[in-house]
Amino acid sequence: MITDVEPIITARFDQPDAHTIDGYERTGGYQALRQVLASWSPARVAEEIKDASLLGRGGAGFPAGVKWGFCPPGVWPRYLVVNGDESEPGTYKDRLLLERDPHQLIEGVLIASYAVGAAQAFIYIRGEMALAQERMAQALNDAYARGYIGKNILGSAFSIDVVMAWGAGAYIVGEETALIESLEGNRGMPRLKPPFFPAAKGLYMQPTIVNNVETLSNVPWIVRHGAAKFTALGAEASKGTRVFAVSGHVNKPGVYEVEFGVTTFRDIIMDPAYAGGIRDGNQLKCFIPGGASAPWFFEEHLDLPLEKGTVDRAGSMLGSGAIVVMDHTTDAVKACMAVVRFFAHESCGKCTPCREGTTWLERILRRILDGYGRPSDLDLLMDVADNISPGIAWPPKQTTICPLGPSAVSPLSSALGRFRGEFEAYIARAEAARAEQPVVLAGAHAHAHDHGHDHDHDHDHGGHH
Amino acid sequence: MTDTSEAPPVDGVPVTIDGVEILAAKGELIIDAAERNGVYIPRFCYHPRMEPVGMCRMCIAEVDTGRGPALQPTCMLECTPGMVVHTDSEVTKKAQEGVLEFLLINHPLDCPVCDKGGECPLQDQAVSHGPGESRFVEEKRHKEKPIPVSDLVLLDRERCILCDRCTRFAKDVAGDPLIHFINRGNNTEVNTFPGEPFASYFSGNTVQICPVGALTSSDYRFKARPWDLEKTESTCTTCAVGCRVSIESSRNEVLRYQGVDIDPVNWGWLCDKGRYNLAALDSESRLRDPLVKGPGGAFEVARWSDALRAAANAIQAGLDAGGPGAVAFLGGARLTNESAYAFTKLAKGVIGTDHVDCQLADGMPAEAVLGLPKATIDDVCAPGGTVLLIGPDLKEELPVLFLRLRHAVLRDGVRLVQLTSVPNGCSSLASVVLQHRPGEAHEVVRALFADIPAGRDGGGVNPQALDQARALLRSAGDPTAILGRQSIAEGAEWVLDAATALLDAAPATRFLTAVRRGNTHGALDMGMAPGLLPGRATLAEGRDWFAPRWPTVPAAAGHDAVGILQAAAAGQIHTLVLLGADPLTDFPDRQLAARALSTVPNLVAVDLYITESVQHASVVLAAAGFGEIDGTTTNLEGRVSVLNQKVTPPGTARADWEIAAELALRLGSDLQVESVDDLRAEMAELAPSWAGVTDELLFSVDAADGVVLPLPTATATEPDAADADAAAAEGQSAAEGEAGESDADTPAATGPVRPGLVSFAGGEPLDPPALDAYSLRLIATRTLYDQGTFTQLTPSLAGLAPGTVLRVHAYDHDRLGVPSGTELRVKTPIGSVRAVVVTDPAVLRGTAVAVFNQPDVPLNELIDATQRVTDVRIEAGDR
Repeated sequence: MITDVEPIITARFDQPDAHTIDGYERTGGYQALRQVLASWSPARVAEEIKDASLLGRGGAGFPAGVKWGFCPPGVWPRYLVVNGDESEPGTYKDRLLLERDPHQLIEGVLIASYAVGAAQAFIYIRGEMALAQERMAQALNDAYARGYIGKNILGSAFSIDVVMAWGAGAYIVGEETALIESLEGNRGMPRLKPPFFPAAKGLYMQPTIVNNVETLSNVPWIVRHGAAKFTALGAEASKGTRVFAVSGHVNKPGVYEVEFGVTTFRDIIMDPAYAGGIRDGNQLKCFIPGGASAPWFFEEHLDLPLEKGTVDRAGSMLGSGAIVVMDHTTDAVKACMAVVRFFAHESCGKCTPCREGTTWLERILRRILDGYGRPSDLDLLMDVADNISPGIAWPPKQTTICPLGPSAVSPLSSALGRFRGEFEAYIARAEAARAEQPVVLAGAHAHAHDHGHDHDHDHDHGGHH
Repeated sequence: MTDTSEAPPVDGVPVTIDGVEILAAKGELIIDAAERNGVYIPRFCYHPRMEPVGMCRMCIAEVDTGRGPALQPTCMLECTPGMVVHTDSEVTKKAQEGVLEFLLINHPLDCPVCDKGGECPLQDQAVSHGPGESRFVEEKRHKEKPIPVSDLVLLDRERCILCDRCTRFAKDVAGDPLIHFINRGNNTEVNTFPGEPFASYFSGNTVQICPVGALTSSDYRFKARPWDLEKTESTCTTCAVGCRVSIESSRNEVLRYQGVDIDPVNWGWLCDKGRYNLAALDSESRLRDPLVKGPGGAFEVARWSDALRAAANAIQAGLDAGGPGAVAFLGGARLTNESAYAFTKLAKGVIGTDHVDCQLADGMPAEAVLGLPKATIDDVCAPGGTVLLIGPDLKEELPVLFLRLRHAVLRDGVRLVQLTSVPNGCSSLASVVLQHRPGEAHEVVRALFADIPAGRDGGGVNPQALDQARALLRSAGDPTAILGRQSIAEGAEWVLDAATALLDAAPATRFLTAVRRGNTHGALDMGMAPGLLPGRATLAEGRDWFAPRWPTVPAAAGHDAVGILQAAAAGQIHTLVLLGADPLTDFPDRQLAARALSTVPNLVAVDLYITESVQHASVVLAAAGFGEIDGTTTNLEGRVSVLNQKVTPPGTARADWEIAAELALRLGSDLQVESVDDLRAEMAELAPSWAGVTDELLFSVDAADGVVLPLPTATATEPDAADADAAAAEGQSAAEGEAGESDADTPAATGPVRPGLVSFAGGEPLDPPALDAYSLRLIATRTLYDQGTFTQLTPSLAGLAPGTVLRVHAYDHDRLGVPSGTELRVKTPIGSVRAVVVTDPAVLRGTAVAVFNQPDVPLNELIDATQRVTDVRIEAGDR
């Protein structure tokens, strides 16, 4: 259902100077902060956010207000960290929020820090987002200059420093514990949970709240308008609005803020107000509902609402809010390969199943695409996947430290589950070729060696051997 | 009878592992609790002496904490009540087999040529927990191999399974983060930064803890297969820490040492010097037979009977010329306790001389080492304690003690206050560094506990640092102190002054005396110092006890090393016996040593090598070395541990104690010992500090980590008490027993009383002499690798001696009028050397710092051992 709801966090996207402090102040900016510092206790802020049941927008969808309450009492200092390392393929909503409305995030950060009692806040922005970094740096400086950040903010007793940090190009740093490692100056590798739950042992082993950019961008609006107005929007557990980035074979790829929980996939993919349908009038083959880690959806899922619980129950997730659409011209094996290769490339290398397993999956797929597949490879793929994510269930189990390894399993199980015939066709062609020219096996060896290393560049030239 | 011993400990945690309920200790990891109860969970990255990281995933098992079974790394999870662990379920097995298959897909199957093959955790666990086959048909990763990461360690990145053990060790344990993971994902590898080798004193440990053959030692590669190695446990005697080692040999050749994990000392770690200097024992230079100098002045191989006769004649000649006081013994810290006892008995009990010193003016007087209230390493490192470090750079001189202290400071909240004249490798661990003028540590100690008297400045330390240290000590309990020599250019008196001041101010302080040479403590225990008899008895107090038991006892206290060499140089010593001593290299004052060696008419050496000093000897008796004889050694704590023979000595080389016994025979006296067991029995009977140290105790399981002497009184006197009880029960008078054999210390017994143990008296501290305006006071420190015999005879270590420059403060350097880095002449009243002089802001004004015993700058040409300080002048005009 398409609802005529006012945007909450993308409201200033069409305002050219929204990223400047003047532009922000002119449109109600920092009013929520004033309101909070003037008359609200930290507990009241936390309560309001909890009442708003603001689900985390980073991927896991955990209620932010509940998360804020996880810091062990009496342990200081605490830190707030903003996860702006948005790197999931197809996801680019946080980048726009950072570029177009940085002060909205800063205001959210300040209010959240006030609520959780943070001593310092860190805004960690993906390394490649140059414009976002530039605008955020400017915004922080301007906010300092106007007394929104720093000592005794707006004359209150509340003081905090907010600093920006940026990544060096690793997807895994989007995982909160890896982000914390990176912030500390170490290699971006995830920590084990337990015992390193950030709320208990986070940055510098202190209690740390890690929130997504979009999540915190909602906070000023909720404070100003009240939790009730927020929860009036949406359905079931999914309240407010949510920003989705639609990409792939659609006519109008882009970032769309829709009412959470009621708008359906069909609405956002097909409606002219949003992505505007499949390109060239093609048929939908499949779509990824929530970023590359999510199991794929198909035609029969189009009418599901964009609602967390519903999508979870259907066997996937809304994740990072990236909807990637594939039309009927898509080669499922190559598409699967593209996603698996991404995760193999981005594996940090810390734990064995992910480091070795994802690359092994990629190499088997490579072999199939290159015409050297064997019938046994499909079972092998699934068993290797099973050793990374036992049972290949949803939500996934894992032998790994973090969910990156299982993320490579999702596209594989989706593609192989739905389009097994396409995989078998590759293998059959290979079998046939081998039957004609058995000697080619020697070439298989040499070829595998050629591709034994990293695949940074795109060379999906499967089938032309 | 109710058996309460089976009751579970109050804080035990009941968990179920594979259907069996066990009781885990509070905070115990599942992997440890399981192993303790006979269930081995496979692992690669987990190492009990390092923080778990849960990376290899080999130890994952289904763990149910009430929310259903989930795969969890058992090396990361502490046991909680009611936890149910399945290490053998289908899910666990499949996951573990999966991990092992993953680890093997890129691992080269070159086990037949891999050093680790046969003792390889990957190999072993592939068999015990692996799938048995690989389905990987692709090409494995290829990398250049092996690549040297340091002079001692090579890295094969193909074999590496990226378990983070070596890198974690380097960063967390050693504090030398010079090896790292680089690149990412499937391309991750361990490597050094370009141009920065893994130059850690502890690099060999990474080879030992590598769970595959990725890290190999340059000196052990391809030398042996593990199944050909025969092993025996022993204790490293390279320095005084006394790390437990496994000596591993094949075909009567020692091929490597491995660290053995004992709780009170080394935790399994070794330093590279101790680990790799085995090559020195097998060196070409090793003496295989005794030598006697022929008429032409050249050494000739001799039969033992001839060499011993010649040596005995030399001693007799000394006795004939000037009585016992004309014979002196220098050295002995290399000996086993038993050999040290045998030589003490020869020198003091047969010859009757007290001119015996196992140290070469480079250690501390026996009164301090033996007599100060003692602390063990564990005492010093006890969590939450406060430690005063008044001594050398432990990293350079007692490396594994440095590791223990580092762990204590970084992990266990121990606070370190360092008193030093120049910051060193321990300074980064210190909460406060009190940098004081040389020779004024006692002033600092006083200032820590009381106001500084008018006209003094507390050794010149920074007042803020002093305030911090005072506050720290005020809030602390009784401190422990690590006490030793910071500088060989200063006399040992200053160290004693500091101890005296500390005991005055904080009488409950306990000390760990940081002596450096291997068995210094044991040799002192055995009486190898002037004025001392075996078992920490003073000559004065012990005379009556030893007189009836030994052929003779020295008439009066003799000279220490400085006195012996002075007397020798003055012609008063006619026969000098060097027991593994090389005064020309190791004694601080080379000129005095040279005069002594060239003046003394008879020089006898008992050694493993022909060192520079041994060249002057007329007789050289070839001694057996480490791993070649049985015995015991005593570390700096006073901990006695067992040394085991692994190989036979080369040629006809003999155990030192045999040499002592043979010499005694030829001097007309029978030491009445035929074995090390005999010697130990006599030591336990006669030496007060050895009371109760029976073989039964020493070789028991309880003493696997060694025993710290003296034993607690109850244990030590138990036999006597039992005897007395027995005697009383039989209604006999104790005096009727075999007095003089065993019960001599009971008051009723006839004969002399067993003497008490030497205690530290100290004295009134002296002020150091004034420094003239043109001089700088020399601080001579040490580095791990130097010109020492063992290092130089070990090819892989010989080149690691770093050399030295002379470091001075910029203020002092400015006066020289030459650029930093200029080679200049450095003089003292007795000598001069050339040294590159550089400015260093860490050096105090008025001091100059250089490293002793380095190839390029022979500091022992400058130091006058008779002076308490060494003041140097740098001459810029004389380039």
